[in-house]
Amino acid sequence: MAKETETGVEAKQDAISRRVSAAEMEWQEKILKPALERSPERRRAFTTTSGVEIERLYTPADLPNFNYERDLGDPGEYPYTRGIHSTMYRGKIWTMRQFSGFGTPEETNQRLHYLLSQGQTGLSIAFDLPTLMGYDSDHPLAEGEVGKCGVAVSSLADMEVLLQGLPLEQVSTSMTINSPAAVIWAMYLVAAEKSGADWKKLSGTIQNDILKEYIAQKEYIFPPAPSMRLVVDTISFAARETPRWNPISVSGYHIREAGSTAVQELAFTLRDGVEYVEWVLRAGLAVDDFAPRISFFFNAHNDLFEEVAKFRAARKVWARVMRERFGAKNPRSWTCRFHTQTAGCSLTAQQPYNNVVRTTIQALAAVLGGTQSLHTNSLDEAWSLPTEDAATLALRTQQVLAYESGLTEVVDPLAGSYLLEKLTLQTERACYEYFDKIDAMGGMVAAIEKGFPQREIHEAAYAYQRAIESKDKIIVGVNEFTSCEQPINILVVDQGVAATQRRKLRELRERRNHAQVQSTLETLGNAARTDQNLMPFILNCVRSYATLGEICDVLRRVFGKYEEPAFR
Amino acid sequence: MTASPIRVLVAKPGLDGHDRGAKIVARALRDAGMEVIYTGLRQTPEQIVNAALQEDVDAIGISILSGAHNSILPRICELLRQEEMEDVLLVVGGIIPNEDIPALKSAGVAEVFQPGVSTQEIVDFIRTHVRQKNAPAG
Repeated sequence: MAKETETGVEAKQDAISRRVSAAEMEWQEKILKPALERSPERRRAFTTTSGVEIERLYTPADLPNFNYERDLGDPGEYPYTRGIHSTMYRGKIWTMRQFSGFGTPEETNQRLHYLLSQGQTGLSIAFDLPTLMGYDSDHPLAEGEVGKCGVAVSSLADMEVLLQGLPLEQVSTSMTINSPAAVIWAMYLVAAEKSGADWKKLSGTIQNDILKEYIAQKEYIFPPAPSMRLVVDTISFAARETPRWNPISVSGYHIREAGSTAVQELAFTLRDGVEYVEWVLRAGLAVDDFAPRISFFFNAHNDLFEEVAKFRAARKVWARVMRERFGAKNPRSWTCRFHTQTAGCSLTAQQPYNNVVRTTIQALAAVLGGTQSLHTNSLDEAWSLPTEDAATLALRTQQVLAYESGLTEVVDPLAGSYLLEKLTLQTERACYEYFDKIDAMGGMVAAIEKGFPQREIHEAAYAYQRAIESKDKIIVGVNEFTSCEQPINILVVDQGVAATQRRKLRELRERRNHAQVQSTLETLGNAARTDQNLMPFILNCVRSYATLGEICDVLRRVFGKYEEPAFR
Repeated sequence: MTASPIRVLVAKPGLDGHDRGAKIVARALRDAGMEVIYTGLRQTPEQIVNAALQEDVDAIGISILSGAHNSILPRICELLRQEEMEDVLLVVGGIIPNEDIPALKSAGVAEVFQPGVSTQEIVDFIRTHVRQKNAPAG
């Protein structure tokens, strides 16, 4: 009997359960049983990378009553399980968008130009930890950290250097920035404006997903409520001013990197998406005014079929959520557009060239899963930021897949696989189970305050570690097939970066209009205490060359700082 | 007579928020019978050494993946010397290039655990190298 849950899922009892046919029973008796007696399988049970049990064989019995039109549908059509476009890569190959950034804005600018010259088709900028945390390069807490994990950007001046000579109206730019996303985005917008670009033509993304910071990446500054306010402000601003910009990239990548299963990655990400939609609706926007520009960011881990199922389930769940839960009418509000990054956490320090193989499999999963944009990790991921050579090989990996493998010629080529269709349904169902749990807790912010997603992730991470240490799970080169290690060349960020950045800040503070800076900062502080959209105020601070740290300090004073509850 | 459990402070210095490894190590040490205090994120060297002093720990485990180890670890070592806590075992895990290890060890780091190490190796190292504690009287 069909049952509608709050999330609109029909929980048909026979939807996923298996009815073995007479022919299959005969096969089990006559063929399988003797084979197992002669030669038992290697393990008692097999699981996916995430620990989901996987069967020996999938047949039509796994998809009873499967109806193509009702349960799958065509690409480019609700619920988009087979892809958000009808032609997918036959029309346009996914954007090759390598995450890059280190040292000074000058060095990163060079790397961005280099990658474009080597055929990458989108830009993606990585910032250093001080920048990510809203500190200038000369802050005491920035000691030792400047330029190490990404590029140091403390002011509009740095952003102008970073973007120097880049064709901003022709190439989209993604910026991985969260807590201070509004400020960094303001710097980008002003730098673009000063270089003559039209905001209406700017294409790109800011990650701006604070919920996953509380859950997984932990680069938060302010408490949840004011942080969500900043996200809402940026989404509202984008809806009016930058029609081609994605003001948020709701992310599962980091959740997976923290050790979650594939289902947890999917469920927590999409439920974060639901939370953002709810907050923006409460601020008074109509869903179709902003939902088309919500984008997503997923991980591509090792288990090919589990990952492809996850991507397909993501599209199906999000489409239903947007149409049924939120009543969106514009089909562009229903589509789960996403960027994917191959799994950094799966890459090893030992035998780093094995990582090229892992990354290839993961990239394959992302493409078979219908990603819009892709970053492939470099072989030296476990050692340092990528060298130029390693970054080039990672890009070439995508290019070989795109041009030599035949992958782009058919839309959703694995559809119809009994395994894949069943896994897609199972993943979808498991996702809704998490939605129900989180809804019952009062939503995602409430669930985070209770520590729920954080605990789920930690348990999964610990189980995975135990599986490796017991050799239940083999990692080639690490717990099996080890060999004498040959060191590789790694990128070393120039020691002089911090001093250079500090000098630039001194010079900036000397030449700018001090009174104007103070005035814009004060006005921002006052506005932050009201419920006005803060983007115009932040833009004014940026235009006066107030630094990232100065702007964030104002917000820290008004919003306070967040500390997570102790881990027991 | 049983010796009192080994007390370990697991700490995340610097701005890095990636705590998957630190939490796994903390749990593995607890499962191995040690008493573990986890400092949480974004601790300064001063806060870490102060916590180690307050908690009277036998070992400190630092987790650092951000590349700031060459600034942070010597500072921690210096503070431990100032507090006359050099017999507290100091170990580090995270992203540390091979080239940096000798200098860290000279500064006072007992061992560096790079990606791929097992929690069992960390447990064994701490058990073997931590200062010997007196068993309680009686």
